[in-house]
Amino acid sequence: MKNSVMRMGNITVVGLKAISRNKLRSILTMLGIVIGVGCVIAVVAIGNGATKSVEATINSLGTNFIMIFPGAATQSGARIFTGQSTLTAEDADGMKAEAPAVAYVSPMVRSAAQIVSGELNWGTSIQGVSTDYPLIRSWNVSQGDFFTDTDVKAAAKVAVLGNTVVDNLFPNGDAVGQIIRIKNVPFKVVGVLEKKGGNMMGQDQDDTVIAPYTTVMKRLAGKTKIDMIQVSAVSGSQVQEAQNEIEAYLRQRHRIQPGQDSDFMMRSQEEIAQTQAQSMGILRTLLLSIAAISLLVGGIGIMNIMLVSVTERTREIGIRMAIGAKGRHVLMQFLFEAVTLAIVGGLIGVAIGVAASLGVGHFLKWPIVVTPASVALSFGVAAFVGIFFGFYPARKASRLDPIDALRYE
Amino acid sequence: MPGRVIQISELTKIYKMGEVEVRALDGVDLSVDEGEFLAVMGPSGSGKSTLMNIIGCLDRPTAGTYQLDDVDVSKLDRDERAVIRNAKIGFVFQSFNLLARTSAIENVELPMLYGELGWSRDKRHAAARESLRRVGLAGREDHYPSQLSGGQQQRVAIARALVTNPAILLADEPTGNLDSRTSEEIMGIFQRLNDDGKTVVLITHEPDIAQYAKRIVHMRDGQIQHDEVGKQKRPVAMVMK
Ligand SMILES: Nc1ncnc2c1ncn2[C@@H]1O[C@H](COP(=O)(O)OP(=O)(O)OP(=O)(O)O)[C@@H](O)[C@H]1O
Ligand SMILES: [Mg+2]
Repeated sequence: MKNSVMRMGNITVVGLKAISRNKLRSILTMLGIVIGVGCVIAVVAIGNGATKSVEATINSLGTNFIMIFPGAATQSGARIFTGQSTLTAEDADGMKAEAPAVAYVSPMVRSAAQIVSGELNWGTSIQGVSTDYPLIRSWNVSQGDFFTDTDVKAAAKVAVLGNTVVDNLFPNGDAVGQIIRIKNVPFKVVGVLEKKGGNMMGQDQDDTVIAPYTTVMKRLAGKTKIDMIQVSAVSGSQVQEAQNEIEAYLRQRHRIQPGQDSDFMMRSQEEIAQTQAQSMGILRTLLLSIAAISLLVGGIGIMNIMLVSVTERTREIGIRMAIGAKGRHVLMQFLFEAVTLAIVGGLIGVAIGVAASLGVGHFLKWPIVVTPASVALSFGVAAFVGIFFGFYPARKASRLDPIDALRYE
Repeated sequence: MPGRVIQISELTKIYKMGEVEVRALDGVDLSVDEGEFLAVMGPSGSGKSTLMNIIGCLDRPTAGTYQLDDVDVSKLDRDERAVIRNAKIGFVFQSFNLLARTSAIENVELPMLYGELGWSRDKRHAAARESLRRVGLAGREDHYPSQLSGGQQQRVAIARALVTNPAILLADEPTGNLDSRTSEEIMGIFQRLNDDGKTVVLITHEPDIAQYAKRIVHMRDGQIQHDEVGKQKRPVAMVMK
């Protein structure tokens, strides 16, 4: 037993020497495995990070969140939108009374403009909402106050600023109480929102100005219809109920006959999450296929080099056999070389994969999760590739006839 | 009374090339005792290498028996022959056959890597060092084959053949790639090893080289023509001390 362990150790030494004698070629051979393993690590890390990030932003939408868009939904869930919006502020106003499972409702009117404050100006999006908006999005003010229902009724020229806008227009802080001009209309800043961060598309949610929807419709956008209604259900378990109630209410208000398609569509927080998860899944499958293909190519590369190596070293194999190497010894030597190439390639791949994921994570501001399981997995896969693709050349070497091998030029 | 190392009788090797049969060995009887120094001579194609491949357990005879150290090795399989080669036979080839980019001492250690005895690293090292010393290469342990002359490379090969203390040294044209002065040195080494009791079987077609052996066997067409005990020639100057 001790002897066979020692002999295995010897074969390890033999294999390592052969690899270090051919450094450049060994490195080139590893490249496919490096890329394959790097891909696996990066895909898993970035994928996990993206999932977390998506989860976080979907949760940041607020609780029990439902969005209602104008335009009918097709079978596939895509939205048909024919210019004019079908939703009005009055649709939103009556909703709470008609749909008991709905807790909060806010219309949303969007516009974009250059905001001016003294010398400074900043281009951003303007969202017109009601006072329910902070409750729906669980998004409070950190300074000052949100505007009031009175402000909404009066279409008052008041605004609440996102953090990014404050940073750009009021570098010294102290935005509350100041006057900003939006499309030449002066607005009084009444509050500043808490920092919210990027959303799943990587957009900065803090780069926004929020004002009463009435004001935005009349003074900024010149719209009579609204772009969206945002709703929060009473509880998580009542999201479906709320959707049903809203459906019935809006169909009745819009006088849609039974059997006819609705002229609006709804998306709950959960549905958004599912759609996101689906596209993440597609992306992940795609990247994993790339990884699988590079591992395959890497394996074929190893097989190719090992076959070349066996042919080149036919003489050496003959010598080793003449002095007492059994077929098994030669097989193990070449197999060990192939596996070592694959594993060292795997190691480099892990390093590069981790570095790449950290880089991507830094760039996209995603949390990067490199799990030990993914490292172990790619390592195992690399070793398997080495054994699988190294076996044929190694067996070929081990079956050479010593006399022929010794005579080989 | 010296023991019998090689006992061969009625040995036949037939190569089939399609329809044609080549009788490379045609009923060879040969016995070699411990401590002998035998040279096998003969023209090209007479079957010398074929005989050596069988004696060296690289190949199996078509018919006949071969006993090495009282063990019948003519019917062993591949792996069993590998074990015999490792333990009982030390090969020296015409083209040295050292591993390139592998130091002299690592080349000499090679047979011990495949041995049935689990040699420790230190024991391997010590044995290889001692073996190199015996062929006059002390101090050259870390040289690579490319840094050694032909004669020195052949000495490394002899050291490698010796290191497991085999029953016979088998040399096929060991001086075929060397000039006459170096050939003489190499033959001197074989003689010294033989003086120390090692059995040596040498294959050559150069009568000059065969003179260094104690006994000369002449082959022709796969058969032994005659078997003579010569008066052993000694190198003019023993280069090794
Ligand atoms: N693998 C083989 N297949 C077919 N014929 C072979 C094979 N090996 C040797 N022979 C034939 O067997 C005969 C003896 O060959 P061998 O190599 O033993 O000669 P040799 O005495 O060593 O010659 P040389 O002095 O040229 O080395 C030759 O006719 C050769 O052609
Ligand atoms: Mg020959």
